[in-house]
Amino acid sequence: MKIVAICGAGIGSSGILKVNAERVLGRLGIPATVVAADVSTVRTVAADAQVILTSPELVDAIGPTFADVIVVENYFDTAELSRKLEAALGEG
Amino acid sequence: MGLPPLAETAIELGAHVAGWRQAVALAGDLLVRAGATRAGYTDDMIRMIEENGPYVVIAPGLALAHARTGPDVLADGLAIATLATPVAFGHPHNDPVHVVLGLAIADARRHLAAVAALANVFNDSTAIDDLASARTTDDVLRVMGERR
Repeated sequence: MKIVAICGAGIGSSGILKVNAERVLGRLGIPATVVAADVSTVRTVAADAQVILTSPELVDAIGPTFADVIVVENYFDTAELSRKLEAALGEG
Repeated sequence: MGLPPLAETAIELGAHVAGWRQAVALAGDLLVRAGATRAGYTDDMIRMIEENGPYVVIAPGLALAHARTGPDVLADGLAIATLATPVAFGHPHNDPVHVVLGLAIADARRHLAAVAALANVFNDSTAIDDLASARTTDDVLRVMGERR
């Protein structure tokens, strides 16, 4: 399972999403690789991803994708991340 | 590695700014003052928001101003500005912003360790309010876990 965390720069906020997503996935016992990337490379980086994590403003920039796009409001709220990841991955 | 260095000169409390641009510019000025960046990095942080929207407002009341590393980043550094009057960045959920962090990372390979340390501080949901109400530099350092 591959998850891509997207921000404008590919460092900084996407890194926080990656770190917190890994913590949550560990707690949920879901094996996954989480990669941080910037929005300009999302098409290549996320081509084989199941899930894209990002903020509301960047959804349009991601464009068409087969991945589930999870919009995260509070990057530091691991309960929000946990709920949304579980909902997206639980269906598979 | 823990947080990027947070110089006392990179902390400003109760700043008066007219809008998000000035708020980000202030965080940039603080990084420059601390010797972490040159002014060009401040422009990069503002351009990041102009191009991609206010996604840097990553939690209610908190903006993490940052850009890619480059020649204007001289060293890792963190800056913290609290605002006397919060400003809107245009974020659908997390406005208005009380606290602006400036983040500069000289070597992208270190960035995950740095943001993991930031997550350790801010995953505690009281940290943003505690920073917003900080009265002294020591208060800020205490919230950031730099001083007990």
